Amino acid sequence: MKTRVLLVDDEKEFVELLSERLTIRDYDVAISTSGEDALKKVEGYNYDVVILDVLMPGLSGIETLREIKKMKPLTEVIMLTGNATVETGIEGMKIGAFDYLMKPCDTEELVAKIDKAQQRKYEHEERIRDAKAKRIATSPWSVLRED
Amino acid sequence: MSYRWDIIGQTGLQFFGKVSASISHEIKNVLAVINENAGLLEDYTNMLEKGMSINTERLKMLAVKVMDQIQRADGILKRLNRFAHSVDDFAMSVDLVEIVTFISELSYRSASSRGVTLDPVSSDGPVTITTNPFLLQNLIWLCLDFAMDTVGEEKTISIIAEEMGMCARIRFTQLKGLTDVSADRFPGEREKALLSSIKADLTLNLSAGEIIITLAET
Repeated sequence: MKTRVLLVDDEKEFVELLSERLTIRDYDVAISTSGEDALKKVEGYNYDVVILDVLMPGLSGIETLREIKKMKPLTEVIMLTGNATVETGIEGMKIGAFDYLMKPCDTEELVAKIDKAQQRKYEHEERIRDAKAKRIATSPWSVLRED
Repeated sequence: MSYRWDIIGQTGLQFFGKVSASISHEIKNVLAVINENAGLLEDYTNMLEKGMSINTERLKMLAVKVMDQIQRADGILKRLNRFAHSVDDFAMSVDLVEIVTFISELSYRSASSRGVTLDPVSSDGPVTITTNPFLLQNLIWLCLDFAMDTVGEEKTISIIAEEMGMCARIRFTQLKGLTDVSADRFPGEREKALLSSIKADLTLNLSAGEIIITLAET
């Protein structure tokens, strides 16, 4: 199954080009040019990885990250930062981002991080499935509980 | 008269730093687009080597996009260059209409991040004064920064440079959020020091929702 990626950056041309490059590399890619639009998309679809620009008009990258983590805690986020926002990239990691990259970024480095992020998401989901399976095994009535 | 050069110096450095940082961020964005363009061209080359066909129109379009971004970067650097040279002369003849447009361009990212549109209003002709261009730019920039916090629901600030008899003035309008409370803290120390150094006055018209800088014309 293809890794589902959402690219979020207010530079429309940048996300369109990067989207094409990731599609060539067999990723399932969607784009947003604002934090607000990204949140609508994340609410309606289960992305594996979100690539998120830090500095955007309106809802900032950090605010968008916070909301994504509330909505879809298992979705991994990689922050994209410019020069003066390395600290924001690190701040993002403290509140749950998987990693950060500086712009302009090396595509192969980005791809490697996307794959690692997707792997971490998969492992989290596996652990949750295992935990639920154990719970059912030890307490069969638990299947009646809402989760 | 002695001016607060300590405050003016610090304020000027902060202004210069913030504008430089904003411009460097814009250039980073341009480089990011060019980087992806170059990368995509490389991807297409790899695909061609594997015997896949590529639409040549797409290749031409990518080349055009690179050239567009180079033009964009050139425009950004011209602004930086003009800004850097604004410290060359302590006093010179300037067109207020041009300066207002220029500072609006420099403040675009800051305004955009706050959801505000800046609308420098064109005048019938130049409004010329003799002043220190850097200090005036600094003052306009501080006024815009304050205005963005007091703009009304339409989130648009119109900036008008005009002649008024023997004076010239710059009006920042549509500031529906301008109140007695905000008037207490503006102009602050920095703005007062800059006003004093370029012999300008600043008034707040709360009912009209305007900040007005008045300068002596030449």
